[in-house]
Amino acid sequence: MKSPMVHVHDVTVAYHRKPVLWNVDLVLDDPRLIGVLGPNGAGKSTLLKAILGLVPIASGTVEIGGKPLAKQRRLIGYVPQRESVDWEFPVTVLDVVLMGTYGRLGWFRRPGSKERAIAIQSLERVGLVDLAHQQIGQLSGGQQQRTFLARALAQDAALYFMDEPMAGVDAATERVIFGLLRELRAQGKMVVVVHHDLRTVPSYFDDVILLHRRLIAHGPVASTFTRENLRKCYGGNLAALEMAAEIVAASAPTK
Amino acid sequence: MDYNTAIVLAGVSILGLTAGSVGSFLVLRKRALAGDALAHASLPGLVGAFLLFERRELFILLAGALVSGLIGIAVVAILSRYTRIKEDASIGIVLSVFFGLGIVLSRFVQNRTTAGSKAGLDSFLLGKTAGIIAQDVLFIAVVAGFTLALLLLMFKEFKVVTFDQGFARAQGWPTVPLDFCLLALVAVNVMIGLPAVGVVLVAALLILPASAARFWTDRLGHMVLLSAMFGGGIGIVGTLLSANVSGLPAGPVIVLSGTVLLLFSMLASPRRGLLAKSWRDFWWARSIEQRCLLQEIYEETERAGGSPPTKADVVHRATESWALSRLVRAGWVELQEGRVRLTSSGLVRGQEVVLGSRLWQAYLEEYPDQAGPLADLSMESIDGILPVELVTHLQRLVREQGRWPALSMGEPT
Repeated sequence: MKSPMVHVHDVTVAYHRKPVLWNVDLVLDDPRLIGVLGPNGAGKSTLLKAILGLVPIASGTVEIGGKPLAKQRRLIGYVPQRESVDWEFPVTVLDVVLMGTYGRLGWFRRPGSKERAIAIQSLERVGLVDLAHQQIGQLSGGQQQRTFLARALAQDAALYFMDEPMAGVDAATERVIFGLLRELRAQGKMVVVVHHDLRTVPSYFDDVILLHRRLIAHGPVASTFTRENLRKCYGGNLAALEMAAEIVAASAPTK
Repeated sequence: MDYNTAIVLAGVSILGLTAGSVGSFLVLRKRALAGDALAHASLPGLVGAFLLFERRELFILLAGALVSGLIGIAVVAILSRYTRIKEDASIGIVLSVFFGLGIVLSRFVQNRTTAGSKAGLDSFLLGKTAGIIAQDVLFIAVVAGFTLALLLLMFKEFKVVTFDQGFARAQGWPTVPLDFCLLALVAVNVMIGLPAVGVVLVAALLILPASAARFWTDRLGHMVLLSAMFGGGIGIVGTLLSANVSGLPAGPVIVLSGTVLLLFSMLASPRRGLLAKSWRDFWWARSIEQRCLLQEIYEETERAGGSPPTKADVVHRATESWALSRLVRAGWVELQEGRVRLTSSGLVRGQEVVLGSRLWQAYLEEYPDQAGPLADLSMESIDGILPVELVTHLQRLVREQGRWPALSMGEPT
């Protein structure tokens, strides 16, 4: 039997002995768009980081395609949170996107014309080619986010992890990201996206992972993104719950 | 130039060159203070090596310095990781404690041995370029060659690790060893800088050229190159000055030349310099003022049912009267008998500005919770920033409130 793309097996992650994720068991497979949802501090980013090996796992294992992560790095593309870097850093948009090709290049080899072509092509896909030679600090928030997306595209991965790519971006960027997600799925890739805007969930994603320290639910939007599950996830947060109810009701007839 | 001066200049310029290039990564990684801690923490090791081997060979002293410098950095890491002491406090503690220990040890040496050797150790505090001999230059050149080769070979690796740790790790780069490798390069460059610049100031040789170079370029490669040239340059200038004025220690003079360079860069750089920046800020403020004035003229006219306001109605400050004259020059308003009247092109322009402002206002009133990062009111129009459906919705809202700007100008009264 074929191993699943991602197998998160009983993973617990703790910061200073305080568990942030508790015993999460997940199997992700097939080219699907998967939204990771949950209230603030639910461990959404931590789940991504645990799968990517960026935070120490207290117990449990993660396997990518049936093998340990270290052997499968090439398969993975990553879009970190925009706040995680210093945008004053002296690099151009093209420089950042070229970093996506570094993994394939390996030690000591410099990116050449082939890598530049890949980078330019990735920039075309996010509509930033005209800004290729700008310093990254001069970009708007949405353009910075698209730069990160282009870098991930240049990684040419089979499996993408994106940490809040739609946080605080302009309408144009949101459209670009939305289009890209579909494009990636059509190419047979799996995309896991940490997301915070419940309203757009039914239109963006095939599956959802509802998380609040523990795994609340995981499955197709139609059967998983329900009032009952959202209540378990967001609990007493009435505003969020009411909004979610509206969305669920609104999206139900189309399913 | 005599042989000795040539030797010293060769040593110091190579030193500045390599320290400048490593310093770029140190500064960008936001570890400049760690560099300083490393330098200060090297003193007890330097003196200790002399006590242990009773020899004054540079290599032995610097090996001792390297060991205690690295111990210092390790103590910083341990303190900030395993205790409640934060990193800045840890650096402060290590820097002063190790330096104090070094001073005490050197007094001990001074009391114990002959005058000749203690004078040698004292020169490591503030640096003494005159003492550099051909053998030292060779040593400096070897370390520098190694450093530059490594930076060249692993430029891409250091770049991605310095820019984005998380991404680099997800891509499979061993970020912790790479980071350590950079720190080790900093350490050996601090060591070879000790004889010329001294324990107290050697970190400046890493930090000043890089900080100055940052003002002139937006490319990492160019910054490293420029910083290397700056480092070599201030080394040469500082050495020549200190050689020609008796009693001036080399370290402070090199640092001061670096400071002059930094000040100049800070002020004069065309893109990032303070002068250019205040120039741009000034004109940005003027353009906002001009837009607000046009809006006020439009809205005053609107309120008065199409009759133009007087100049006193809309101009309250000197800068506004200047803005008014710019509006006149742009052909958007004209002054007639003390009244400010919109021209036909001014009407069109004014409507754009007022509509943009009212749409923003409607957005902020309607969606106060989500407006945060997107509401950039310096942008004249919400088009392209907010989703199309939202723009249509807000336009309808403004129309329903009867706030759609639709001023038409009657004949002048």
